[in-house]
Amino acid sequence: MLSSVLQLAQGMVAATEPAAAATSTGPELREFFIQVAYLAASVLFILGLRGLTAPDRARRGMQLAAIGMLVAVVGTLIDHRIVEFQWILLGLVVGSGVGAAISIWMPMTAVPQRTAISHAFGALAATLVGISHYHYLTHMLHQEIGGVEMAALGFEVMFGSLTITGSLMAFGKLQELLTSAPITYRFQNESNIGLFVVAVCLFVYLVFTPSDAASHAPVFYLMVLVGLAVGVLIVVPIGGADMPVVISLLNSYAGLASSATGFALGNNVLIIAGALDGASGFLLSILMSKAMNRSFSNVLFGAFGGAATTAATTTVAGLTVRSVSVEDAAAQLAYAREVIVVPGYGMAVAQAQHQVRELAELVEKRGGEVKFAIHPVAGRMPGHMNVLLAEANVPYDKLFDMDEINSEFTRADVALVIGANDVVNPAARNDPSSPIYGMPILNADQAKSVIVLKRSMNPGFAGIENELFYDPKCSLLFGDAKSSLTKLVGAVKTA
Amino acid sequence: MTALTKLFLLAVEESGTVFSVPFLRFYVFVLAGFVGYQIITKVPALLHTPLMSATNAISGISLVGSLVAAGAHYSEVSTVLGFFAVTAATINVVGGFMITDRMLKMFKRQERK
Repeated sequence: MLSSVLQLAQGMVAATEPAAAATSTGPELREFFIQVAYLAASVLFILGLRGLTAPDRARRGMQLAAIGMLVAVVGTLIDHRIVEFQWILLGLVVGSGVGAAISIWMPMTAVPQRTAISHAFGALAATLVGISHYHYLTHMLHQEIGGVEMAALGFEVMFGSLTITGSLMAFGKLQELLTSAPITYRFQNESNIGLFVVAVCLFVYLVFTPSDAASHAPVFYLMVLVGLAVGVLIVVPIGGADMPVVISLLNSYAGLASSATGFALGNNVLIIAGALDGASGFLLSILMSKAMNRSFSNVLFGAFGGAATTAATTTVAGLTVRSVSVEDAAAQLAYAREVIVVPGYGMAVAQAQHQVRELAELVEKRGGEVKFAIHPVAGRMPGHMNVLLAEANVPYDKLFDMDEINSEFTRADVALVIGANDVVNPAARNDPSSPIYGMPILNADQAKSVIVLKRSMNPGFAGIENELFYDPKCSLLFGDAKSSLTKLVGAVKTA
Repeated sequence: MTALTKLFLLAVEESGTVFSVPFLRFYVFVLAGFVGYQIITKVPALLHTPLMSATNAISGISLVGSLVAAGAHYSEVSTVLGFFAVTAATINVVGGFMITDRMLKMFKRQERK
């Protein structure tokens, strides 16, 4: 392993001396080194991902993966086709600068946005490589592109282009540049499907038409444009709470675009890395859909409508909610033996994770036990709540998945719900007419008492009334989660 | 499905054998996807956010394709597109690995006394 890296380094030296390069290292030998580097990189990527199966091995694993990336890049630089380095160098420097700046200064609450935009960057790279390759083959070499190669290129630019704009739309919604509510209009699904069919037809035409036909290049570029349009239109009708599924799907598409690039360029490391990413995104989107009890097609085509809302509100008409004072809530928490905290997107919006940790520490100091119940789709991306709580120094052995903790709610003295709504709505269990019926939820309603921190009585994202709030053992503490928690911390201290 | 079969036959025709290069690449793709799926089912939900940013950094491997496009001097168009591709992919690679590390650093076990 080490010796192969050394040999690669020698190859690099040879590559920087143009005169020597032609004689001392032939293209075949270089190609061999490149393949060794790619194989090593592929193995390191797989080992790296394996590290993520345990939190204490994860960092080391990712360092292996980063080394793999370095090996792959260094290996590529000795490619005999690369004759000038100034643009490469400039791109590497600018990209590293921007990438590092984003990752150092970005607040942890912006992780979903950053992930969305990075899918756009990855897809952009794949698409540009595809267009550049196509341009080279048709306009420079005037070479016939085989059907198989064209299929790979077509997949690459189509997945790539729709991921670029789809991810930008997701970014816009998460950053609240666009409304996070679904944007719907008449015949939306019909027109989206129609456009998608057009893209597929263009793709099929390209594959089965000889590439020297006059119409070939215009159709290729038209397909890129249609791909870009499809990306915008399929994400626009998807609401904020469905973002975990969408982000995972875009993650998968970005990987598939990389894989297709590998097919087009005949490069195995691209195929492997892309397939790993594609599989990961695919699996995550399945998990997220399951956690919402919805199918892919339902997420993509079934923007939550208004009809269901009116049906659900009638069931709670006439009931009243009970609001609670900070002092009473603090007293409940201070004397609780077991508290289960249920964080939701509201905690992320208020950036209240540090206050949550402070409150949990106070309760523990008084002899209580505090656990965190994490619903798979709480927040805007898979694992969103875990990262925020880890940032606030909550030890990860206090964070529990839904399946691990659901049986414990009956023993809990207090369930503290912070800015979560649909994931604790008992209607998912009891009310077959509810749009979220069948979705697995956290059994917060089974705790001896429930305190809900909530900004106002506006229903949650899905626009569904939550009967939990009307439960006699449930009390609501209104206000911004951060300021409510700060007050609670103060009150528990003096309780 | 017929389009796929047609594509397969086309691949056989282009390379002259059933074990064509595109077909072998497809093997690699399927097996790598399978390995990925097997590993990722074992990643705990706790680490799903770092997982996504890690796979995203890894899929920045399209950098490798961009490098050739930017450095091969095929044409001005290729070089310019390649340059932007290198920049975008590098943002992903560098940013992705750095932020994943920053996240993973935060995950700590409870200190035992």
